[in-house]
Amino acid sequence: MTNSRTMRLLQAAAGMLVLAAGWQILSYVFPHYLFPPVPEIIKRTVEVLITGSLLVDVLLTAARIFGGLFGAFILGGILAMIIGQSRTAENFIAPVLTFFQGIPALSWVVFAIIWFHGIEFRVLFIMVMTTLPAFTFQILDAFRSMSKDLFEMTMSFRPRRWTLFRFLIVPTILPGILTAWKVNLGNAARVVVVAELVGATGGVGYQLLRQQQLFDMAGAMAWTLQLVLFVLVVQ
Amino acid sequence: MTEPVIRFRDVSKAFRRPDGRGDFVAVDKLSFEIAKGEIVAVLGKTGCGKSTMFNIVAGLTEASSGETRVVGHDPFREFEFFRGKIGIVFQGDRLMPWRTALDNVRLGLQILDTDPKQAEETARQWMTRLGLAGHENDYPHALSGGMRQRVSIARAFAVDPEILLCDEPFSALDEMTARDLRAEFVRLVRQSNKTAVFITHQLGEAMEIGDRVLVFHRPARIAYETRLAGADEAHRKQAHDAIMQVLGAEPAPARPE
Repeated sequence: MTNSRTMRLLQAAAGMLVLAAGWQILSYVFPHYLFPPVPEIIKRTVEVLITGSLLVDVLLTAARIFGGLFGAFILGGILAMIIGQSRTAENFIAPVLTFFQGIPALSWVVFAIIWFHGIEFRVLFIMVMTTLPAFTFQILDAFRSMSKDLFEMTMSFRPRRWTLFRFLIVPTILPGILTAWKVNLGNAARVVVVAELVGATGGVGYQLLRQQQLFDMAGAMAWTLQLVLFVLVVQ
Repeated sequence: MTEPVIRFRDVSKAFRRPDGRGDFVAVDKLSFEIAKGEIVAVLGKTGCGKSTMFNIVAGLTEASSGETRVVGHDPFREFEFFRGKIGIVFQGDRLMPWRTALDNVRLGLQILDTDPKQAEETARQWMTRLGLAGHENDYPHALSGGMRQRVSIARAFAVDPEILLCDEPFSALDEMTARDLRAEFVRLVRQSNKTAVFITHQLGEAMEIGDRVLVFHRPARIAYETRLAGADEAHRKQAHDAIMQVLGAEPAPARPE
């Protein structure tokens, strides 16, 4: 068991090393403003992490991701409960959510800029709208996959609503909810950058925009890695 | 005369067919009474409505018509009244896979808001009585089928219910394990003077457990009834033959399409 786990880790590390080596080779072939050397990227990445004024941007983006996901999770949970209890509600709500799912994140960014003034509210709105459908459907699926046998068994003790929720529903749907968070976290990290790129004055997306204006590829890579590291750590 | 613990009077239950073409009658004007302390075995072929009757007694399903009374109350409508009064042992063990054996036994007590220390003590006592001492911290996947069913029996007994309902609880076990558990179950029910309804499709099991045996026909109605408590060998033999005849004479089931 431990051996196969170590083997998997080694294989993953080897894959990353090959990628870094390939990049390093490209840095020898092309100018550094296109492919900066790997040590330079690592240096800039660490610099962001240890410089308080820069780290604030990473934390700001993280806060936006969590804020948006939390809002979508709460709203999605409420919608899932409503849909779960009424077929009519499902017939009304599900097509709307499916329609929302088809709207690109960039369209929500444009809508947010046209409709709202406040930067934070814009970002929150974009995050919620892009992750809400997935959260709702995933929570609903988790709820519906609850074992009928366990439900009947628990009901035989005549639990109160809260007790049923605590002892059966939460443990049953928790794995599904965690998966939903994991999936949506990756999506949210991508969306938040787009939102910040267009309409924010701080955060990883804003910093990426600055690096593009300065034509600083090492900086762009360093800020991108912040987001990748954040997603990896949280997941 | 004392009030029966369970009373069915002309109880029927019909389900709407999935295709919407009329109803499927599972229980048809069923009437019977069960006295306190009695162990009644309900015998019938698969699909004869035993489990539907069981769910009506348990209050998990509402009857379409007729009168159902359990300790004088309606088990479906009076939800709060029956908290802790009915214990159920299901066909499968229905253990929560994320809980240890002890936590599974403790579940009913937690739902009934029993003091946590008291709940743990009671759960441990029941595990010991059912030969599960030392397995308190094992998860269901680490237990054998027989042990898991013992945990589910302990879970039902732990809340000290007045009535025990068992829906073919040993049918998935091998005969040796099932025989041991049957004997254990009867001993525990007698010791605690509980009323028990035991559903089975095995004639031998029904006759071994029941003070009385009710034989169901499809849709659920009583085709034959016999008292076995204190019966001599001759009566048992006669009852056995009569039940065989009743079950053998039953027409093939009309299943919903």
